[in-house]
This record gives sequence, C-alpha cells and structure tokens, in this order.
Amino acid sequence: MIGRRGVLAASAAAMVAPSVVSAQGGVERTLRVIPQANLTSVDPVWTTAVVTRNHAFMIYDQICAQDSKGEIQPQMAEGWTIADDQLSWTFTLREGLAFHDGERVLAKDAVASIKRWARRDPFMQVLIGNVAEVEALDDRRFRFRLHRPVPLLSMALGQTQFPCFVMPERIASTDAFTQIRETVGSGPFRFIAGEWNPGQRAVWAKNERYVPRQGAVDGLAGGRVPKIDRIEWTIITDPATSANAMSQGEQDYWEYPLHDLLPLLRRNREVVVQQRLLDGTYGVCRFNTLQPPFNNPAIRRAVAMAVDQRDYLRAVAGEDPAGWGVCEGVFTCGTALANESGSEILKTRSIERAKQALVAAGYKGEKVVLIAPGDYPQINALSLVTADLLQRIGMNVEFVSTDWGTLIQRRASKEPVERGGWSVFHTTSSGQALSLPVYHLFLRANAASAWFGWPDEPAIEQLRREWVQTGDPAESRRIAEQLNAKALESMYYIPLGFYWQPSAWRRNVTGVFRAPATVFWNIGKG
Amino acid sequence: MFAYVVRRVLATIPVMAIVALFVFSLLYIAPGDPAAVIAGDQATPDDVERIRASLGLDRPYLVRFGAWVWDIMRGDLGVSIFTNLPVSTMIRQRIEPTLSLMVVTLILAVSIAVPMGVVAAWRQGTWIDRAVMAFAVLGFSVPVFVVGYVLAYFFALEWDLLPVQGYTPFARGFWPWLENLILPAIALGSVYIALIARITRATMLEVLQQDYIRTARAKGLNQGGILFLHALKNAAVPIITVIGIGIALLIGGAVVTESVFAIPGLGRLTVDAILRRDYPVIQGVVLLFSFVYVLVNLAIDLAYTLFDPRIRY
Repeated sequence: MIGRRGVLAASAAAMVAPSVVSAQGGVERTLRVIPQANLTSVDPVWTTAVVTRNHAFMIYDQICAQDSKGEIQPQMAEGWTIADDQLSWTFTLREGLAFHDGERVLAKDAVASIKRWARRDPFMQVLIGNVAEVEALDDRRFRFRLHRPVPLLSMALGQTQFPCFVMPERIASTDAFTQIRETVGSGPFRFIAGEWNPGQRAVWAKNERYVPRQGAVDGLAGGRVPKIDRIEWTIITDPATSANAMSQGEQDYWEYPLHDLLPLLRRNREVVVQQRLLDGTYGVCRFNTLQPPFNNPAIRRAVAMAVDQRDYLRAVAGEDPAGWGVCEGVFTCGTALANESGSEILKTRSIERAKQALVAAGYKGEKVVLIAPGDYPQINALSLVTADLLQRIGMNVEFVSTDWGTLIQRRASKEPVERGGWSVFHTTSSGQALSLPVYHLFLRANAASAWFGWPDEPAIEQLRREWVQTGDPAESRRIAEQLNAKALESMYYIPLGFYWQPSAWRRNVTGVFRAPATVFWNIGKG
Repeated sequence: MFAYVVRRVLATIPVMAIVALFVFSLLYIAPGDPAAVIAGDQATPDDVERIRASLGLDRPYLVRFGAWVWDIMRGDLGVSIFTNLPVSTMIRQRIEPTLSLMVVTLILAVSIAVPMGVVAAWRQGTWIDRAVMAFAVLGFSVPVFVVGYVLAYFFALEWDLLPVQGYTPFARGFWPWLENLILPAIALGSVYIALIARITRATMLEVLQQDYIRTARAKGLNQGGILFLHALKNAAVPIITVIGIGIALLIGGAVVTESVFAIPGLGRLTVDAILRRDYPVIQGVVLLFSFVYVLVNLAIDLAYTLFDPRIRY
C-alpha cells in the first residue's frame, strides 16, 4: 500500500531523478530493520551482547553451525574427521572462501579466531583443559590435538550462544579482552563502518563475492544467500514509535515488538507477526543464598510453593496462552534433557501452603530486598509478580526499582541488605542457553565462582562434570534428571517458564525463516 | 564591550572546571559498572576485572581525573568505552539533529508565542486573552511525549502527511530535513510557546500602562506600530531572558522528544550513555551542554544592549 506521503514523495522524486540505482545499475533493495537494541560494539568476542552477535552473523562466517533441529552442521568447513582414538579432529575449509578485503580465508585465520574465542567462551572454557593444541596443517586444514576425547567439540564450535566467528589472523590475534576496531569478515554481508552512528544507524551491504554453501537454509546451517543489497538498522527506542513506523511502512522488520503492541500490529494487513526465533525466552527468579532469609533452603522452597508460572507469563506476554508456556524444570522444554524429576514442588501453586511452609521454615520477618530493572519491561514485570507474591505469603519486602546498569553492579554485592546487598532479582535467558549443563549458567553451584547468588552444591557440580565426560545419551539423560531434582531441592533459583518473542515484518519481506538467532540472509524484499 | 565579552569568555573557564569536577565525581560515586555490562551474564568475575583493567577503570580517582583533564586540555574528549569511537566523533554525528530541532523549535515558538502574548495583552480580558491563557495552561500541563504521540497519531498515522519518526540531514534537501522536524518541534515547542506567551503578555500589560504609550496613542500612531515598535521593544528584555532560560528547557525536552520521534540527537546519546555507564561520552556531552549554556547566557546579555540602549557593558 502506498500512502499519501509515498505518492507525493514519488512524484517529487520522479521530477528530479529517474530512480535510486545501485552502482551495478539495478534498483537497490534495502531492508530497514528495527533491531532489539543499539549496536554499541562490533566485537562479538569482547562483548556478549546479543545485538553484537547478530551483527557478527552478518559479517562473519562460522566453521560449523546449528541447524533448525539443534544439530551441528559444517558451514565454512567442508567437513571434519575424527581420529580412531578420538584424540585428534581435523577440519577442512571449503574452497573459495574470502574475506571482505579480498584475502583468502586460510586455516591459520581459523586457528587464531578459535584461540581468541576460546579465551572468553564459557563452553570452551570447560573443554579447553582437554585440548593440547589447535594448529594449522596447511592453507585449508587445521587440527585439534586432544589430551582426552572431547565429544562436545563440534557443539562448542557450532553453538549459537557464543559463536566462534572467523576473522583474519591479524585481527584475531588481538587480546580477547581488548576490543577490535576492524570489521573484516568473510560473511554474506559487509559492515559499512563509515555509516555507523551508534544509537542511530548501522548499515551492511551485500558481499557480492560470498560463496554460499550448497543446499537449502536450515536454521543457521545450509546456504546463507544474501538476497538484499543493503540492510539498515535504525535504532528506535520507543516501542510505540516503532509500531507506528512499521504500520506506515517506514520500517520493514521489527525484531522484538513489545507484547502489548502485538494486537495492534496483527490488525494491520500489511504487517506479518510471527515467531521467528526457535527458542523461547525463559524467566528466572534468583535468590541470594549467602544472606538471610534465603540462605535457608526451606524458605526458598516455601516461596517456590507459591509460584504459579502462568501469573508471571501473563504479566510479560499477555493472556494468549499461545504466547508462552509453562516449563517446570531447569532444562529447556522440548529439548533432549528436559525433565520434571523433582519438580513437584513447582506444581503446588498455593499461597496458603507457602505461608505454612514459610512459618515452618523459621522465617522471622527478615527484610527481603528485591531489585528490579525499570528499564527492562519483561524483567520488571517478573519482579513485580514476585514482589506481590512475597508480600502475600507474609514476607517483609523492600522493592528497589532501578536501572539495569545499577542492578548488575548491585547483584555482585555479597553484603547483607543493610549494607547495599540484595535478596532476590530476576533475569531472562534464551532457551538455548539452558538446554545443556555445560553452559547452563543458572545451574552452576560452585559457591563463590557460581553465578550471582553463589549457591554451594558440590553434588550438582559433580553431576555436571560427569555429564561433560559422558557421550552416552541414556547416561546423559539420567544425569540430567538428577541435576533437575537436586537443583529444585536446593531451589537456589526458581524457573518461571518461557514466553515467545515474535518478530514483525512488512508483507513484502520474503523468505523469512525460523532460526536460533535473528539473521538476514535468504531474506528478500518484493 | 569587547573587554566585557573577553571577561565573560574567560569566566567560562572556572565554570567549566567546576562542572568537569562535579560531573566526574558524580559519575565516580554513582552505581554501575560498564565492564559488567560489556562482559555479560556469562562472564566470570575475573573476566569482568580484566575488562575493567583494560578500560583503565581500576585506576585511582585522582589518576583518572588527571588523565581526563589532561586529555581535555589537549582537545581530546576521550574514546567511548563501548563503541571505541572518539567522543568528539559521536558528538559530531549527533549535533546536527539536536541543533536542527532546537532551531526549528525556537523559530516556531518565538514566531507563535510573541504575537500571541502581544495580542492577549492588547485584548486583555476578552475571549482572545482567555483563549491564549487557556492554551498556555494546556501547554504547561500536557507532557511533551503526550503531545508527540497525539501529533504522530493524527498527522502521520491518520492523515499520512508527515513521517512518524527519523531524521534526514539538511544536506539531503530542505524539505526532507524539515518534514522530519515539524512534529517534534511542535511537541517540544508547546511548553516553550506557553512560557513565552505568558511572559510576553505580562510584560506587555505593564508596558501598555506607561505614559509614553498613551502619548503615542494621542499622537495618532496606529495600533500595530504602538504594539510592535514601541511596546514590544520596551518589553523585550524579560522576554529575551525567558527565551534564554528556555534553551535549557529545550535541551531537557529534547531528550524525550528525540526518543518519541527517534531523532538521533545529543539527548538520546546522553540517555544511552547514562544507561550503559559510558563515562567518557557522558562527561563529553555534559561539558558541551554546560559550554552551550554559558554561551547562550552571554549572547542574551549582549542582546539586551540591542533592545535597551541604557544597558552598557
């Protein structure tokens, strides 16, 4: 549909110029995108920001990648072989790979990139002790030499959570804690650094020399074909303005529309609203296990008895049950390790029983400080539900509303609440990050080294180590059930279920496919 | 006069030094940690510490302050912690949209508010006066973002006359530049119009009681000449003062307006930097705003001499 302004603008443009043409002479097609956040850094190793990872997917390529079923497939690699003793993996790169500056992609580039990434990736940190060396054998082949078999190696390299992107060796040799300045990759799009205005705009152009893998796109695996000439991200911080811009056709694609605005977008016949990401977003209520009252596991369990995940999910994603799902275990629902062993406590859903349990646990009115980020609507909604719930079961709650920047500093404090500490906070995570014990952040219970809240459960850590070593699916499942039961017995965090985060795009945007991350290859515009 | 200007410009140096010390100290004691933001949830405390060290955030207060002041004295505002871009580049990228918004708002507000105030004073007690005052109350009472949403709803969504959001640089043409600024300027200007209209009315009422106005009327001067040449010129000093003070209002209001209309200006840069704790950017922008405010005050003081020859420096 062309609006009044469109007609006027087209008439005016027709008088002064024939059309917008690209350097190649064809009409340039631009996909205008409202990303989920501002692109503040272009280094996907230096920061773990999802928006930076999405940028990196455009300009870099991966050695292997995750398909729509979660399996790892070769991407830059033609394939790999594993020695009979499983102590050596040899990868061979595809022919024709080239960086944006024209240089060939060589095995030494992959090796340098792996080494930099391995310094920061928590998954690889678990495996790295078993790796003796990563070395280039020739221009196209590189090898992992191992002390012990590492069955999860391809999974680590092909993961989506903290992907291993390949950069030129001269850039990848930068220290992993220092931000790189250059944006030279070998991916399907090139970053136009000169047009980057952080907070306003980021621009990519099609990499004309990109050689996609043969085969159909499947999740992040398969043929990554750049079908659009130019991608422009415009940072619009106000959700209502984003919705208006989508409705008026000023933008083509909105990555994370606010749930409250989905009905408005769905009423517009020119806009498609669909679930694009393969995983839901999981809510987490995290306790400080070092300080009263939540240093008492019985009190934590009492709170869990009052939790009804549906209340949380409605607060975040609305009344439509298609927009969310109950998941009463610590592993991502629908994945191989998902189970409800020991999850009965989360099915209590009773304020009265929680009150009784709280009294029986010996709660004496200690102050509970709940910190909530007012600038994160979803996490704030989760926090408000918990605050209400804690008050209803009779706890002495102080609700501290702050911004995310302050929250992440305060949550690092191990002090009592009277000295600036905290008792409870909430966060969210992609389902992908909770699917395996090896990178399940909230499951870790290694005391001072654990995530904020610092639970100390040696049995859980032991189970996790056993899981990393096992290659047997049945054994893996058995360990996962024990992990679920142990975690919910200790209840150092309460799983709050998951909600779907749909995306919205104009009807003339074609080829949108489901994937574990927001990527723009294979997408066209009519 | 020249000596006065030089004196005033030199006086900005201690003012800026105090502002710099204040801003730096405030950020130093404020909660928040950019290293934790960068490192993300998966990072270990050691990782966060290493990032903090690589950014120089682990150095003592005086060392950091000294290094920052030394850089500023050499004209270097530093580098953004997050983007790795020079702060001066980031400010340069953002200054045009904010300046454009402020100029258009200022022109719009003054050209509407001053005649409104003059007419209201001239027709004191009539329905015109009451209508102007009612508009002023409304302008003060309705928040900028509400005005913005209402304007966007009608002019962009319903009637499709103007864009919902965005900014087009002036270099790409006058109309594309202006069409993106009309709605934000009206939204931002609503408070400003109300303020100037009220002050103009009040000052004009006082001036219109003066003997020389009665004399002018007795001499047979037309009403327009009396109002705009004689009365308004004598009422100008307080109006100019309010316009100057209002520039501070515009800077504050621009933060909200830029968010509602997705204008990539300094207001949004400031808010984004504060939320991320991007200290060099916050410090650079606040210093710039302070400098602009000092200069605006100087310009207003100098403008007094144009309207009131009795004022000399």
